Amino acid sequence: MLSFSDISKFIDSWLRDIFNPTWTMVIEMMIAGVCVIGLFAVLGLVLVLMERKVAAWIQIRLGPNRVGPKGMLQSLADTVKLLVKEGMTPDGADKFLFNFAPFIAMMVAMLLMAPIAFAKDFQLWDMNIGVLYFSAISSIMVISILMAGWASNNKYSLMGAMRSGAQIVSYELSAGLSILAIVVLSGSLNLNDIILSQADGWWIFKGHIPVIISFIIFIIAVTAETNRAPFDLAEAESELTAGFHTEYSGMKFALFFLAEYINVFIVCAIGATLFLGGWMPFHIGHWDAFNHVMDYIPSSVWFFGKTFFLIFLIMWFRWTFPRLRIDQLLNLEWRFLLPISMFNILLVTLMAILGWHF
Amino acid sequence: MVEEIGTTVEGDVLINVGPQHPATHGVLNLLLTINGETIKKVEPHLGFIHRSIEKMCESLTYRQFIYVTSRMDYLSAHINNHACALVVEKGLQVEIPSRAKVIRVLMDELTRIASHELWWGAMAMDLGAFTPFFHAFRERESINDIMEETCGARLTMNYIVPGGVMYDLHPDFQKRVKDFITLYKLKIHEYDEMVTGNIIFQNRMKGVGYLSAEDAISYGCTGPTARGSGVSCDIRKLYPYEVYDQLDFDEILETGCDSFARYMVRIREMNQSIRIIEQLIDTIPEGDFQAKTKAVLKLPKGEFYQRVETARGEFGVYIVSEGGNTPYRIKFRSPGFSNLSALDQMARGSKLGDLVAMMGTLDLVIPDIDR
Amino acid sequence: MFIIKYIKEVFSGLKSLAVGLRRTLYYFTHHKEIITEQYPDNRETLKLSDRFKGEVVMLHDENNEHACTGCTACELACPNATIKIITQFDITPEGKKKKALDKFVYHLELCTMCNLCIVACPTDAIKMAQTFEHSVYDRSELTKILNKPGSHIRAGVE
Repeated sequence: MLSFSDISKFIDSWLRDIFNPTWTMVIEMMIAGVCVIGLFAVLGLVLVLMERKVAAWIQIRLGPNRVGPKGMLQSLADTVKLLVKEGMTPDGADKFLFNFAPFIAMMVAMLLMAPIAFAKDFQLWDMNIGVLYFSAISSIMVISILMAGWASNNKYSLMGAMRSGAQIVSYELSAGLSILAIVVLSGSLNLNDIILSQADGWWIFKGHIPVIISFIIFIIAVTAETNRAPFDLAEAESELTAGFHTEYSGMKFALFFLAEYINVFIVCAIGATLFLGGWMPFHIGHWDAFNHVMDYIPSSVWFFGKTFFLIFLIMWFRWTFPRLRIDQLLNLEWRFLLPISMFNILLVTLMAILGWHF
Repeated sequence: MVEEIGTTVEGDVLINVGPQHPATHGVLNLLLTINGETIKKVEPHLGFIHRSIEKMCESLTYRQFIYVTSRMDYLSAHINNHACALVVEKGLQVEIPSRAKVIRVLMDELTRIASHELWWGAMAMDLGAFTPFFHAFRERESINDIMEETCGARLTMNYIVPGGVMYDLHPDFQKRVKDFITLYKLKIHEYDEMVTGNIIFQNRMKGVGYLSAEDAISYGCTGPTARGSGVSCDIRKLYPYEVYDQLDFDEILETGCDSFARYMVRIREMNQSIRIIEQLIDTIPEGDFQAKTKAVLKLPKGEFYQRVETARGEFGVYIVSEGGNTPYRIKFRSPGFSNLSALDQMARGSKLGDLVAMMGTLDLVIPDIDR
Repeated sequence: MFIIKYIKEVFSGLKSLAVGLRRTLYYFTHHKEIITEQYPDNRETLKLSDRFKGEVVMLHDENNEHACTGCTACELACPNATIKIITQFDITPEGKKKKALDKFVYHLELCTMCNLCIVACPTDAIKMAQTFEHSVYDRSELTKILNKPGSHIRAGVE
């Protein structure tokens, strides 16, 4: 069966036949880099189109349907437009920071790609602290937003940046705590081990109420962490015009835009890995025939299917809810999500110690 | 240390909201003094869309000046025209046929619903929910279609002339209005599902933008803005014109005094307008749609005033006539201007995000404020 | 008690959000509710109401005759000086001089479609057309002469 792991193994052995191990490693790294950048471009195009279609259908509109078959090339056309637009730097801006900030946003998004298992045995870096790595790197995102807001020399941008700083730092807590629930249950920080622990059922379907609570908290927290509505206070179109990227135009704006969507993809991939079993097919107890059929679906399809389901969930939230106010946003975190997730982690720990889970 | 609200201290920031800003829905400039996220002062700066409509009207005849008033509060253009026609009829002492009266009231109420629909969508959009905007346009669109069919235009109808209405109703009018009422009743519960009941929305609206009844009166607020503070000011009830005194409808009063109360007043007012339309739609009297008037209208020397209830509040027309065929002086009392003046009182001490919600509940139409 | 209130608060909040989500999911899955009009494509089926006020036109019959006497009632009724009527003196068959229309100049760029000229016209010579695509590349193209070249007043119209 043709799968990602077979292809990677084949390329690896082929390269090893030709080159010595050092060169093989260098070439493989380059291939991986090109693949990640390609994935970025494809994901950006697909997710932007998906967002516009979801928004259109929810808003009883048709959405993009002119460029290409059924509007499929719309986001490509938009990208071309953004590429040829002038990237202006405002007069009073701190030029270095202003131009550097979008690249930090992209770098963070790229680094976060490393621990994700896209298919069975197909991962850029199978590290033993994958979950920790994700939590640590995703916090760096806030630096790029703060940098952009500060360097723009615009009051709206600064307010957006400050809002987003307060927001991301607070929501990191409950996102981390809800991830910890799974770590405690599966007993590992390695994303691959977490997936393997769900071989006989995904964590969300195993019937543990604390896991369901932590899933809900995780979805809310990552929506806030990626600055998407109803937590899009950093942009807050009707209040701050465009928040931290008010002054950005052309490709620099596109990089922020792309980084936002890549971040959505990554947090959804992590969510799918932790709660929905990553690339693990859907298995039901002893229905061997059913399980066998499920195994035939490639693992990458399972992974992307679950991830896109979560992405749809986040988009669905965005086009349904009004935006929160800044004090309500922080209230929600510190008064509701944090106490609940702390109580939740206590429950999970008790379950793990007493062996009440399966 | 608690500093006095409204003074400028170290750390205060002046920030211009508008004239190009997504939340002002027009060219309004608000000069905000903020400290962090907290608003200390709001100074509305007007004049960006001043077209001196009052002066223009002085050079137009009594038939001509009516169409200009559509360009003031363009969302309730029909009701503005209505006020102007009423004041001219008052001066001319013309009794207009009962069919024209009923048609005018029907159109008024349809306009009011259309205006409130748009307000609902735009206000939800100010709060960050984009979807209701498009859903509101679906219902508004069917009203616009009715307007297009009978009046010939969708927004600035200019359907009312002194002495009655410009043409008779379209033969399909009754059927289309009934279709609209069916559609409205089918969809109105979705408004509650998507916006009114939403916990985020309620938290954004409840307890913010407090405007006490005394303040509402002293700032001259009218319409849903004042009725949200419990001030009874519905001109249709207090000084009935046309056939409003024979109709059975309620004046909506809420006592919450906050943004949510003003929101609820408008939502409930839409239902009252539907109630009025239902009472009239089957009993439109037969007869002329226009009274016989002279070719050149000349108001007798004197002063004339007429007020009506638009979707935003009390709209008044004051005409000083010297006996000629044009007004000597004309003055419009627009509801938006007085309502906007209360914004500073409401917004002080609240967060920047709330300012947008308050402006949404005031339902500002900038050309109405500037004229 | 405090805990019960807290939990109730959380659940009623979540329920209100779920109600909204259900409504938007309904629209996401029911594409028959879509109301978009694909405008330039639906020109053929686009039907505007007969009363729609698009621009002022003058009615001509098959003999290239109109009903305008050049009485300037419309010009006087117009609030924006949109209409300018230029008259000339025709010689009638009886040899008398008679005032007749030379040019009916209509400035579409000034017109607000208020319909007052149509109401003022004593002979119903002009009416509102249902066109609405008025965009042109030069402003001067919006100044139109409504009577067709070589047209005359219909016999019997006074």
